[in-house]
Amino acid sequence: MFTFRGGIHPREDKEATEHRPVAVLPLPARVYIPLSQHAGAPSRPVIKTGDQVKTGTLIGEPGGLISAATHASISGTVADIADLPHPLTGRRGPTVIIDSDGADTLDDSIAERDYSSFTAEQTIETIRFAGVVGLGGAAFPTFFKLSPPKEKPIDTLLINGCECEPFLTADHRLMLEQPAGLVEGTTIMAGALGVKNVIIAIEDNKPDAVKAMTAAVAATGFKVRKLRTRYPQGAEKQLIKACLRREVPSGGLPMDVGCVVQNVGTALAVRDALRFGRPLYERVMTVTGPGVREPKNLRVRIGTPVKSLIDFCGGYSTEVGKVIMGGPMMGIAVSSDDVPVVKGTSGVLVLDRAATLFEEHDCIRCGRCIQVCPMSLAPLRLNNLIRRGRLEDAQAEHVKDCIECGCCAWACPARIRLVHQFKYAKSELAGTERKQ
Amino acid sequence: MNEDEIKVKAEVEVKANVKEASSPPVSTLTLTSTFVVSASPHTRSPATVSRIMWLVVFALLPALGGSVWFFGPRSLLLVALSVASSILFDSLAQKAFGRKPTPFDGSAVITGLLLAYNLPPGVPLWMPIIGAAFATIVVKQFFGGLGHNFINPALAARAFLMVSWPTYMTTLWLKPHGGPLSGLDAVSAATPLALVRRAAELVPPDMNLSELLRQANSLAELKRLFIGNVGGCLGETSALLLLVGALFLVILRVVDWRIPAAYIGTVIVLALVLPGSHLMPWFHVFSGGIILGAFFMATDYVTSPITAKGRIIFGVGCGLITMLIRLYGGYPEGCSYSILLMNVATPLIDRLTRPHPFGALRKRQVAA
Repeated sequence: MFTFRGGIHPREDKEATEHRPVAVLPLPARVYIPLSQHAGAPSRPVIKTGDQVKTGTLIGEPGGLISAATHASISGTVADIADLPHPLTGRRGPTVIIDSDGADTLDDSIAERDYSSFTAEQTIETIRFAGVVGLGGAAFPTFFKLSPPKEKPIDTLLINGCECEPFLTADHRLMLEQPAGLVEGTTIMAGALGVKNVIIAIEDNKPDAVKAMTAAVAATGFKVRKLRTRYPQGAEKQLIKACLRREVPSGGLPMDVGCVVQNVGTALAVRDALRFGRPLYERVMTVTGPGVREPKNLRVRIGTPVKSLIDFCGGYSTEVGKVIMGGPMMGIAVSSDDVPVVKGTSGVLVLDRAATLFEEHDCIRCGRCIQVCPMSLAPLRLNNLIRRGRLEDAQAEHVKDCIECGCCAWACPARIRLVHQFKYAKSELAGTERKQ
Repeated sequence: MNEDEIKVKAEVEVKANVKEASSPPVSTLTLTSTFVVSASPHTRSPATVSRIMWLVVFALLPALGGSVWFFGPRSLLLVALSVASSILFDSLAQKAFGRKPTPFDGSAVITGLLLAYNLPPGVPLWMPIIGAAFATIVVKQFFGGLGHNFINPALAARAFLMVSWPTYMTTLWLKPHGGPLSGLDAVSAATPLALVRRAAELVPPDMNLSELLRQANSLAELKRLFIGNVGGCLGETSALLLLVGALFLVILRVVDWRIPAAYIGTVIVLALVLPGSHLMPWFHVFSGGIILGAFFMATDYVTSPITAKGRIIFGVGCGLITMLIRLYGGYPEGCSYSILLMNVATPLIDRLTRPHPFGALRKRQVAA
């Protein structure tokens, strides 16, 4: 079985939603759309307060080389472009507030079309202006990954259907419900990259998805590869290692080893952009956890407040401990359910209070963190260095290669908040670099 | 509740300046939240420090049963005194140093058990108390408590008792009877290793092995050693009962198999190749404290290396030093000193065996 070094196998907790078809969340009355929902520069607003917009209308154009467009997710009136805290980072930034007119009128540009004559450049430009970003969580602009520089030849496209985070089942449902669309999107991306070797990677805890995708790729020559269920199998570098035995160099990108990785949801968004001219203004996500009364997979408009999702799922069932955007291993805990979901939100997880409090002890040097680290780092050493303020030494021991997967902290019997320390060190080091 | 956990009771002022006709104008919106906010991951494995410690305690219990069987209820008394005083001194020291006392985390219980297991069953009752005080106060808490001591507390205490009261620590062996009320009536009976050593020293190298050595290498002796019906420290004699607990810990992955495997493997190889070893390898493995040491003391997380490679080096080092002491040193047994010496070498081993980060250049590549 294909896999990688290290990793863990936490409880999967996917039973609550893995068999539930994707439901559509009713239109929200108001959406809050941050202009920075992707890695790179924020989009530049192209509308002003009081403008009428339709669903899918461009409201922000790409604001730099690495950036993505942003679109209205409902039709109505732009109520304000306010300076609001970002749901994930907490940093303030321009956010477009749209009040719904209830009609959900589609923008005129959205219509089915024949894209078979598109050149690779046209395809990539279409994806760029459709605001498609990586839907696996990192939200890296998709067009950028599809246009590697000449000196980095690409030979393999990996489609990531691992969904190794516990609780989340959105990608699983997409593979079951829209395999044909997914293959179409994959074909578009493979064409834009000019690669023949396409691998769709799925963990073996989703045999039905493996079956559905194997049937869907029958005529294409794409390969479906079953991987061992092991977290973080879906992390980009680990996935490449498992499927291709290639090691992305420290500080490098998949394109350095001739590879591009795209999430299954991204493939569908690419298909929608090309075939229907539909920009990325909605996505599928899992609303789940012991704190939600009726867990569901939902198709949600970008910018919908988290509270609306929870209400649609029957409300909170216990005293809420944490509300997490994403999964339990890498998701971001938010301080309020008034924050909107963004393009990178793969799920909303609600944990009860008892499950969220961990008491930290001194390290007993058991070495579990080293055994499980998929990047072969020494988390306990890094933790000691960072707590002593020796950030340069931590950098020399590759703290920047940490992918923040959380395996070390999960496995730590002393409950040391290792990832917290590494995130802190990385942001401090990045800040120092910016100054220089 | 954990005070460090970042509890956000944030009052986020959002100046939305929303001007709407339908709803009243809202200029300032105040959000109050009591959600817990902290860095990922938001879930943890079931393993905790105290759970691990109590599993080790549990795994040590069969050997305690064996000890009571072979050496009588005096074993139980010594163990009880050792464990109780370990917990007491550990907690008192924690209190004195302004730390939170943790009498129930299981670590002091392990120290107490291991200390008692390393004493001859005939020692006076005050010895485990003195030993426990040294182990917990000096070795463990002086250096910062659980996780910070650089040598194994129980073994350090044994070494301390050994140099302070050498006669008590090397002669008060009890003759095992295999009956529950036996032991107390027996006078001193030397350990198999000590017997063999004395015999070997009497035998000139050019002569045939003495009758004693032939006996030591017999299958009957192997059986006796394996079951533990021999003289020795209180908890070290029964390889069988120790292995039952050890297997449990290895299967649960509480201890890494690499250290005992490398340790015992090295002992076997050296018993075969080193000059001066007239004993079968199994005699070396099952006599003395190697099974207890290799599975329960060399594997002490705090004082052994953190990487897989480092643990193999550690185990090999323990085996090497044990055999050098046994064959050429001044003591018949070298198990506890070998582990103590390797404890001291652990920071160095950790430094030499740092894992190679994913995607980082190899040394060769850097040079090229």
